[in-house]
Amino acid sequence: MKSQEQNQAESCDRLCLQSIFWSFFRVGAFTFGGGYAMLPIIQRELVDRRHWLDTKQFMDCLAVAQAGPGAIAVNTAIFTGYKMMGITGVLAATAGVVLPSFLIIVAIAATLNVTTPPEPLIKFFLGIRPAVVALIAGAAFNLGRIVLLDSHCWMVAGLALLGSAIGVHPALLIAGAATYGVLRARLEGWQVKKP
Amino acid sequence: MTALVLLWQLFSTFVIIGLFSYGGGYVMIPLIQREIVVHHAWLTPGQFMDIIGVAEVTPGPVSINSATFVGYKVAGVAGSLAATLGVILPSLVAIMTLAYFAVQFAGSAEMAGLFYNIRPVVVVLIFTAAIVVGRTAIVDLKSLLVAVAVLALLQTKKISPILILLGAGLLGIVIY
Repeated sequence: MKSQEQNQAESCDRLCLQSIFWSFFRVGAFTFGGGYAMLPIIQRELVDRRHWLDTKQFMDCLAVAQAGPGAIAVNTAIFTGYKMMGITGVLAATAGVVLPSFLIIVAIAATLNVTTPPEPLIKFFLGIRPAVVALIAGAAFNLGRIVLLDSHCWMVAGLALLGSAIGVHPALLIAGAATYGVLRARLEGWQVKKP
Repeated sequence: MTALVLLWQLFSTFVIIGLFSYGGGYVMIPLIQREIVVHHAWLTPGQFMDIIGVAEVTPGPVSINSATFVGYKVAGVAGSLAATLGVILPSLVAIMTLAYFAVQFAGSAEMAGLFYNIRPVVVVLIFTAAIVVGRTAIVDLKSLLVAVAVLALLQTKKISPILILLGAGLLGIVIY
């Protein structure tokens, strides 16, 4: 026999899983242009709408997403899902973010032999591309304002810019900054209160 | 039996593709091409180009789109599933491991220092992504104007990025 409290907790979990799934479904359905194009959409969904993450946690999530292999949208889904509800959260978020692509592509592959998109669709995407650039640039300014608070942050950003200009791999840049950050916290004896 | 072997080949091939697709999206196109077109000869080069074209005009990560498409062409819906699960498996393992440690050590000074230092790098990576995408997307006066208009709109109003994308797409149909 389950108590009423257990039942309530379970229905609460189910609600939460459903909203994780649908949030990432929306992200997956509107990710055009690959990679960073969906950052503003994820930010809007997770930070502004659902308040699951604050802006800094969102950035930490992006850092982890870029440190691993694979698509950033999928990695962000996995990390957020895990942080919120463990393995079941991962399954809900990943299924949500992958399903729109999966269904659309299966439908296209099943119905079309000739895969040239129709003219209006091509024009539609010509219009979307510059907007995607603006959305990504906007995200960079937006997040930069929150993160680049002191000279140390600016210095790290400058080094990263230099590194990416000479072609250092993003995962290496993140690993380097992470190592430096851990060492700095150790050497300077940072004290952080336990949550 | 042969069907199972084919599904396993699809799955394992896309595990490798997923594993080496650091940096996402377009980095993996040459890798997919080598595995699918050259190595396994599952698709012709022409079919492969079609897939990339479709992947670009449909939502979702290019890696997922191409895995689903290749899987379907090779072995139907079961093939789609095998390839798609394969391509996300390395992400699942790697990100869940990282997330486990991030949660374990949350609140430690080292973790605080780590993320404090990583955040500016993330900003720079997003900024450079804007430049990289911008080089291919902003090609004439029209596209420049659309980009500037959207940027201005973003600064003044809090509009859903989904609405902005739909609006820009409709504008594209009108002006191109």
